[in-house]
Amino acid sequence: MSNLQILFEAPIFSVQLLVDGLLVGAIFALVAYGMALVWGVMNIINVAQGELVMLGGYVTLTLYHAGFSPFLGVPAAAIVLYFVGWGLYRAVIWRVVDRDLFISLLATFGLSILIQQLANQMFGANVETARSGLGTIALLGGTITVSEIKLLAFVAAFVVAGVMVVFLKYARLGQAIRATAQNARAARILGVDTQRVYATTFALNAAICGAAGALVAMTWIIHPYLGLTYTVRSFMIVVVAGLGNLAGVIVAGLGLGVAETFAGFIFGAEAQAAFVFSLLVVILVIRSLILHHQRRVLR
Amino acid sequence: MRQRISFVLLLGVIAALAIIAPLLFPGYRTQMALLWVMVIFALTWDVVGGQMGYNSFGNVFFFGIGMYACAVVQRDAGLDYYTGLAVGVALGTALAVLAAAVIGAGLLGLRGHYFAIGTLGLGIAAAEIAASWEYVGAGSGLVTPVFPGNIEDRTLFYYGLCLIVALLTFFTLRWLYAGRFGLAINAIRDDEDKAEAMGLRTTRYKTIAWCVSAFFLGMTGGLVGNMMGFIDPRDVAFAGATFGVWMVLMAILGGKGTLWGPVIGAVVFHVTQELFWTYLLGWQRVALGLLIVLIVVFFPQGILGWLRERRPDLFGHRVEEAERGA
Amino acid sequence: MAQALLEVEKVSKRFGGVVANRNISLAVPEGRIVGLIGPNGSGKTTLFNSIVGHHPIDQGSIRFEGREISKLRVPEVARLGLLRTFQQTRVYDKMTCLQNMRISVPSREVSFLDMFARFAPEVDERAEALLEFTGLYAKRHLRAGDLSFGQQKLLEFAMALMAEPRLLLLDEPTAGINPTLINGLIERLKRVNADLGITLLVIEHNMRVIMSLAQHIYCLAHGELLADGPPEAIRDDQRVIDAYLGAH
Repeated sequence: MSNLQILFEAPIFSVQLLVDGLLVGAIFALVAYGMALVWGVMNIINVAQGELVMLGGYVTLTLYHAGFSPFLGVPAAAIVLYFVGWGLYRAVIWRVVDRDLFISLLATFGLSILIQQLANQMFGANVETARSGLGTIALLGGTITVSEIKLLAFVAAFVVAGVMVVFLKYARLGQAIRATAQNARAARILGVDTQRVYATTFALNAAICGAAGALVAMTWIIHPYLGLTYTVRSFMIVVVAGLGNLAGVIVAGLGLGVAETFAGFIFGAEAQAAFVFSLLVVILVIRSLILHHQRRVLR
Repeated sequence: MRQRISFVLLLGVIAALAIIAPLLFPGYRTQMALLWVMVIFALTWDVVGGQMGYNSFGNVFFFGIGMYACAVVQRDAGLDYYTGLAVGVALGTALAVLAAAVIGAGLLGLRGHYFAIGTLGLGIAAAEIAASWEYVGAGSGLVTPVFPGNIEDRTLFYYGLCLIVALLTFFTLRWLYAGRFGLAINAIRDDEDKAEAMGLRTTRYKTIAWCVSAFFLGMTGGLVGNMMGFIDPRDVAFAGATFGVWMVLMAILGGKGTLWGPVIGAVVFHVTQELFWTYLLGWQRVALGLLIVLIVVFFPQGILGWLRERRPDLFGHRVEEAERGA
Repeated sequence: MAQALLEVEKVSKRFGGVVANRNISLAVPEGRIVGLIGPNGSGKTTLFNSIVGHHPIDQGSIRFEGREISKLRVPEVARLGLLRTFQQTRVYDKMTCLQNMRISVPSREVSFLDMFARFAPEVDERAEALLEFTGLYAKRHLRAGDLSFGQQKLLEFAMALMAEPRLLLLDEPTAGINPTLINGLIERLKRVNADLGITLLVIEHNMRVIMSLAQHIYCLAHGELLADGPPEAIRDDQRVIDAYLGAH
């Protein structure tokens, strides 16, 4: 593979790929954090996670086409998606929260198809970007270029995650969420309104996805079908890191970003989706075999 | 006794319809053949999903393997049409079963949602890999050879084959469910840890179940590839967004974990889906997404499950009985 | 002394920072009823889980019929004839009682082709006899999930008997059972031991039950073996009394 040879002959390319990978990985980690939140609190795996990201991207694109700065997209998408998340919870999710995992999986899966196709109908299947108008930073005498917007998105992702962490730790509602995650029944007995906690958690996750989507719109591309890939990425990250392990999510997210970027370079951009989904299968199989050796099961 | 008579009668009616319909409505033969394909999809999903509790979102993987293997044989083996078809279908079936055994060794150790999402990834990964693999035509896919006959004969021929495979699937599963195998996979569904604690060879049963599914899916893949005439990696072979999802939906709609549930679900769904595609042009996939949500949330027990709640006597549920030896 | 049916020797197991079992040794001679008692959290169920192969042990040896089983997995141990019942009672709830019994036929006797065969009438006869023995005959066509908790416990017991165990580990067999039915259960356990020759190792919290049932009792506390001996000795053992009353 000639691309692989390039990496060996000119190691500087690897550094470039590494940088790009880390930058995109932060966004993966952010979306995974949201998924872990919903999973940990309500035991629901949100298969529509990627679609929420996609919607956030379209909010940003809509603003951009209307003449506003795409940077406004981050808070705007977060707010709009917060309400979308709240609405989805009240309409559908609350009905599947306490039922078996397959039902909730299938329900969010149905929602993901619904949202994806609605977006396809409303926005068309074209691929778009919201141009931020920022330039690139050249490092090491121009051999490494770092796109400013990607760097900003990297920081923004951490900021959003940071805000969430602070909220969960110090805000009243945040603590209620954490209490419910640990023991819903006990929390309810102590007066926590679990339905409100669940709705808020889901809405917060949607907001996180919205913000991530805005970042994606500015740094890469948005189209109606990018959802499933983001869902699978988040799932992989959470599986590798484990629920409740924020540091692990960050590391795994960054790692996945790097892995994907290298794979995209070596195998070609079209094979990137193949890489992501194959990696999912590989990770699950390896995890399963390791646990099998320890006589445990992935639950 | 009465149950036996009504069962035979039912089969008779279905058989009559199955034979007469394609002769009366030659224009709809392909749709009718697809009905049988849907029945196969639903039944094969249910073995592993409804009966065994391993909800696979990637059974379409075996369907696609069968399809591609058959097409490659037909393209490269230099055999005449019918021999090529036979060898192709046989190879496709064999490869699908092999794939199930190999992948199953890794994936069947996963429980619940991990298995579901893992198999989802499997199906999509296969589609993407096939779409970049030159040997099987990459993104352009493959074309199956031209049928040596007119279109009337062709549609009837494939209708017949699909019907036969559907019957084969149905009766094989019926036989399997009647014996120890049926109870074993149900036990795995109800409480796999308990089944293990009782010494049941769960790994063996799980693998066999998936291989049985793969067997019929691989076979059907070869046939459908030839029916369609052309094989697209994402939309026809490893059609996760359509066939893959429908497999799950049909079994649930009809009542998962039963023998007839998937059949009923397939019929109802196929008719509905044909109507959607014709009249809701453009919005049919939105409707599909909505349908999934509605069924899962409001009607997860499916048609047969709903019927069982209303009329348990129809299902042979007897309540208390006299003491033994009375 | 003849080799015991089950020999647990210096078994230790820790989970993360918690030592659930430390250096536990016990022996269950064939044909006897042995009790395992101890306050909550003393490591009884962990020991059970170790014996049946649910997790690997950190140290020690577990031998069944002289053969080392600590490296075997749960289904393999079960097929050797070492079965257990669960504290929370586990049955196949969507299947009927009769089906639950049928699928409990010992797997070691099932060849590859047998997997697809229908059940022989002898199987049903045996199943019905065992259901009768546990008083569930009238309910045999009901779904196991529809039974009451006590009835499910009896079904689980019947299923265990169906599987023809050499050694049966019972985890709190009388927990949650109506006190008036407990005597019947004790009777059945004694009969199963005397008539069918099944060796029993029983975890119990109900002192009355275990004292009348067991011939030898081991007491655990804080993950260690505290005392062992015949019921009268254990009942009067000050250390056992202290462990239960929580004297520190």
